[in-house]
Amino acid sequence: MRAKAAFLTVAHRLAILAYIAFALFPLFWLLKVAVTPNDLLYSEGIRLWPSRASLEHFDFVLRHSAFPVFFRNSLIVSGSTAIVVTILASLSGYALSRFRFRGKYWLVTLMLLTQMFPLVMLVAPIFKILSPLGLTNSLTGLVIVYTAFNVPFATFLMQSFFDGIPKDLEEAAMIDGATQFVAFRQIILPLTLPGIAATLGFVFTAAWSELLFSLMLISGNEQATFPVGLLSFVSKFSVDFGQMMAAGVLALIPACLFFLLIQRYLVQGLTAGAVKG
Amino acid sequence: MASIDIANIQKSYGIHPVLHKVDLKIRDGEFVVLVGPSGCGKSTLLRMIAGLESVTAGEIRIAGKRVNELAPKDRDIAMVFQSYALYPHMSVARNMSYSLRLRKTPKERIATVVAGAAAKLGLDPLLERRPRALSGGQRQRVAMGRAIVRQPKAFLFDEPLSNLDARLREQMRAEIKKLHKDLGATSIYVTHDQIEAMTLADRIVAMNAGVVQQVGSPLDLYDRPANLFVAGFIGSPGMNFFEGTHHVGDRPRFEIAGDIGIPLDAPAPLANNAKATLGIRPEHVVLAGHGPETLLATVDLVEPTGFGIILHLSLGRAGFKAFTNDRSFLTASGTIPVHFPTHALHFFDGEGNRV
Repeated sequence: MRAKAAFLTVAHRLAILAYIAFALFPLFWLLKVAVTPNDLLYSEGIRLWPSRASLEHFDFVLRHSAFPVFFRNSLIVSGSTAIVVTILASLSGYALSRFRFRGKYWLVTLMLLTQMFPLVMLVAPIFKILSPLGLTNSLTGLVIVYTAFNVPFATFLMQSFFDGIPKDLEEAAMIDGATQFVAFRQIILPLTLPGIAATLGFVFTAAWSELLFSLMLISGNEQATFPVGLLSFVSKFSVDFGQMMAAGVLALIPACLFFLLIQRYLVQGLTAGAVKG
Repeated sequence: MASIDIANIQKSYGIHPVLHKVDLKIRDGEFVVLVGPSGCGKSTLLRMIAGLESVTAGEIRIAGKRVNELAPKDRDIAMVFQSYALYPHMSVARNMSYSLRLRKTPKERIATVVAGAAAKLGLDPLLERRPRALSGGQRQRVAMGRAIVRQPKAFLFDEPLSNLDARLREQMRAEIKKLHKDLGATSIYVTHDQIEAMTLADRIVAMNAGVVQQVGSPLDLYDRPANLFVAGFIGSPGMNFFEGTHHVGDRPRFEIAGDIGIPLDAPAPLANNAKATLGIRPEHVVLAGHGPETLLATVDLVEPTGFGIILHLSLGRAGFKAFTNDRSFLTASGTIPVHFPTHALHFFDGEGNRV
C-alpha cells in the first residue's frame, strides 16, 4: 500500500513537472534567444544555452529603439482599460446579480451576442466610427475599443462572483443602517476582491497582448503599443530576433508584476464563515 | 421599544398571492412567534416588517408611524438571520459595532456598548476573531450581539436556531428567552419548530398557505386549536384525528370506520349524523377501560423515548398514538383497553373548523 502511495505521489509530481516544462519552454526559449549574441545565433546550432550570454540586445532595445515608448503606451492603454472595465463590470455585474428589472433578459442576450462576432469583421466599421471623431491613431481610441470588447465578458465574470455572495449579508447591512450603495461598497465589494483581481488581470493581459486593433487603428511609432512595436523589429530583409526576444522578455515583466500583486486576492475563501458551513 | 401594527397586509409575486389579509397588533415588549410549515408566508411577513420586501397592499406601523415606504435602515429594527449573515471580513467587535459606526456613534460609547453586549453573551474572549474562526453557536451569539447593541425599536428573528444542533438549539432558546426578559424588547420570531414557538412566545401566530390560522397564547393554541391545521401542527407527538359521524340519542357516540363507536359523556355541538373529525392528544388517551363500551385497541408498535412511551395503536383501520409514563406498557402487545375522556376531545366540522 505504502509503495503504491509513494509511486502515485512520484507519478503525480512528474506529471506536473512535465506540464510545467511544456508550458514554460517557449518562455525559456524567448529568454535564451534574447541573451544570445548575434554572431552566435545562427552559428551554434540548436543548444539549450549559448556558449556566451550577453545583455547587448537588452541594452540596444532600451537605449536605441522606440521600445520604451511602446512600453509606456501599452502600460497606459492596458492599465486604463483594466481599471475602466473593472469599474463598469463591477457595477453592471452587481445589477445583473441583485436587481430584477425590465429588459434584463434581452440585455443579457445582447451582451452575449456581442461575444459571437469574429473581431476581424468589426475592424472596418470601427475604423469608420472612430476616424471622424479623431480617435484613430490615439491611445484613447484604443482604450474605448478595448473597453467595449471586454465589458460584456467581465460583467459576466463579476456577476458570477456577486452571485457567490449571500444576499443576507447586504440585507443585514441595510438593516444595520446602510443604504444599498453603502452596503455594496463596505460589505460586498471587499468580499469580491478575488473577483475584481481576476477581472483586472484578465482584462489587463487581454489588452496587453492585443494586436489586431492596435495594428489597424494606430499608425506610426508615437502611439504604437508594444505588440505593434514588436513588428518594427521585422524589416524588409531580416528579422532581428535577438532584439525582438529581448523586447518580449521586457514586456513580460509588468504582466508578471501585476499578477504577483493580485495573486493573494485570487485565492478564494475570503467569504468563509459569513454564513453557515 | 415600540408596538407594531400590521393592518390588512397582502403580498403577491406577480399574480401569485403569498399573504392574504394579515391583521396583527403586536404590543410593546411582546414576544410574538410566527409559526407554520415552510412556504406559509411567515418569513415573507417578517421581511416585509424589516423592509426587505415591498408591501402589495395594507399598512405596517412601527410605534404608530407608517413604514411601508421607509428603507430598512430608517425603520430602526434589528434582525437575526438564519444564516447569521456575519460580515466575514470584519472581526467580531467590528461586526457588532457596524450599525453604530454607520450612525457615527462616538468611539467611547461604541466601546462601552460592545463590551456590555459581549459580556452579556459571553463573547469577550472572541472580540478580535473573524467569523470563520467561530463555532456555529458562537456565530449565533455574535448575530444576537449585533442586534442588541443597537437598542432598536424591535427585534426580528428569522429562524435563528435552525442551523444549530439539537442541544445547542435548546441552550440558545433559553438564552433568547432570558435576553427578552432582560431587555423587554418587542420581538417577532419566525420558526417552523412548534416547540420553539411554544416555549418562547407570549403569543403565537399560526400560519398556513399565507393565511393566519389562529393567534393566541401557546396554551390557547394547545388546548383550544381553532382548526385542524393548528390542532395538527402544535404538539409533538401530534394530535390524533378520527373521521366519522356524530350520533346523538340516549347513548351519544362518535362512529368511525368499521362501525366502531367512541362513547361520549354528552353530545358534541354537532347535528345528528353530521360528518366531522374528532381529535385527541396522545397524552389524553387513557390506557384503561371500564364498562361494556370499552374500546379495544391493537398495539402496532412501542416507542420508548426515555421520558415516556409512545404507543402506536389502531382501532379498526384507524391508527393513532398514545403517550404514557407508565413503563409497564413497554411490553404491551395484542390488544389493550383504551378510553377517550370526553372533556379531552376536540371536534372539527366538515370545513375543519373547531366546534
